[in-house]
Amino acid sequence: MTERLRVHVDPDKCQGHARCKALAPELFELDEYGNAHEAGDGIVSPGLEDKAWLAKSNCPEIAIDVIEE
Amino acid sequence: MSDVSQPAAHPPVTDWVHDFDHTDPQWTEDPFPIWDELRAASPVVHTERFLGCYMPTTYEAVREIANDTEHFSSRRIIVRDVRPEVARNAAPPITSDPPVHKPAKQLLLPPFTPDAMKKLEPRMRAICNELIDGFIADGKVDAAARYAKYIPVRAIAHMLGIPESDSDLFINWIHMILELGIKDESKLLQAVQEMSAYFRTHIEERRSKPTDDLISYLMNAKDKEGQPLEESHVLGSLRLLLIAGIDTTWSAIGSSLWHLARTPADRERLIAEPGLIPIAVEELLRAYSPVTMAREVVKETTISGCPVKAGNMVLLSFPAANRDPKVFPDADKVVIDRRENRHAAFGLGIHRCVGSNLARMEMQVALEEWLKRIPDFRLDPAGTVTWSQGTVRGPRQLPFLLGKAM
Repeated sequence: MTERLRVHVDPDKCQGHARCKALAPELFELDEYGNAHEAGDGIVSPGLEDKAWLAKSNCPEIAIDVIEE
Repeated sequence: MSDVSQPAAHPPVTDWVHDFDHTDPQWTEDPFPIWDELRAASPVVHTERFLGCYMPTTYEAVREIANDTEHFSSRRIIVRDVRPEVARNAAPPITSDPPVHKPAKQLLLPPFTPDAMKKLEPRMRAICNELIDGFIADGKVDAAARYAKYIPVRAIAHMLGIPESDSDLFINWIHMILELGIKDESKLLQAVQEMSAYFRTHIEERRSKPTDDLISYLMNAKDKEGQPLEESHVLGSLRLLLIAGIDTTWSAIGSSLWHLARTPADRERLIAEPGLIPIAVEELLRAYSPVTMAREVVKETTISGCPVKAGNMVLLSFPAANRDPKVFPDADKVVIDRRENRHAAFGLGIHRCVGSNLARMEMQVALEEWLKRIPDFRLDPAGTVTWSQGTVRGPRQLPFLLGKAM
């Protein structure tokens, strides 16, 4: 079984720093207020794993989870 | 001309751990070793100055306070010598606590999203180049006074729809509020009154001639009951946008250029790899965070094991948090390609800076345009670098020699 990653933004923690969108635009979207949520179902396509971890480690609110499935 | 007078002096500090003062000349000049000393002593330190004031010294303690709106109020956001009554709608949402904070913040967020900032970027590039045109032939320049200062002031004037040519007026108000106002209430009040009168004139003009700028946006905004905002709210938010938008980013751009003037290796790398500039901007924001906010303790609590008593102010030092070696390896070094960087330069929690996307864009554009046209520069040994005092830290005089022939 291959391991895959999924990203998730905790909407209660996100304050709209938008670092995730800047570092991993394929994985995150912003709403009209600039707050982030994961794009689609949050599944990280092969090749984007580094960006997922980078987004997590740059979120000042520690609002991003990278889940190994 | 700007009023460049300095606030009244306090007695010099002899015991930093128990008697710190963020307006002391030693702190203004070089706060980094002081923060290290305070951090080594305690996660939260206290001074009797400013009628009693705490300062969290670690990232964790800063985070705890920033996220605790029950014990810490934002009604006072500057640590000063006095605590006069606080006006309602002083500068929403930065001075607002829950539950009124959220609607006031949501009102301001849409015009400051990253997408909205992309639309402003061409104007910013033009402004940077106009400024560079003004001094590049001279071979020397005060980069704080003639470049960094005017980028954010013209950007926010452009967004508010007020004349960019009034920039010096705005800069003087900011100096009176954020520096002189710490120790002289009358200067602060005078500036607030002048700003309010200025904005009232613009609001009047727009009643007959609507525009599509931020003043009209706020005039047309509705509160959660569908009613127009009170005039005091509109004026408070306009004052906030002007104050918060100017010397913060001016300081960040100035500190970045100061670093690059002293660090040719970083400069050369950014010229060779301009794609690295956005990452470098984050590191420069971490290392030279300009903004220290404040909170007022309204209920006794404990932070990182330290008791904190109501009635005191808190110097909420995001810059000191960003130098915490527990969170940032080599915290005292500028590593321009630092990959893991959850810095708190724009604050943490519900008061995250509304203008952070604007500031980032301005910093990136300011550095890109400067490095394209002025790849070689260094500090002028005949001049003096001076730093601002108080809430916002950045160079106010930044004498540079430009070009290779130096």
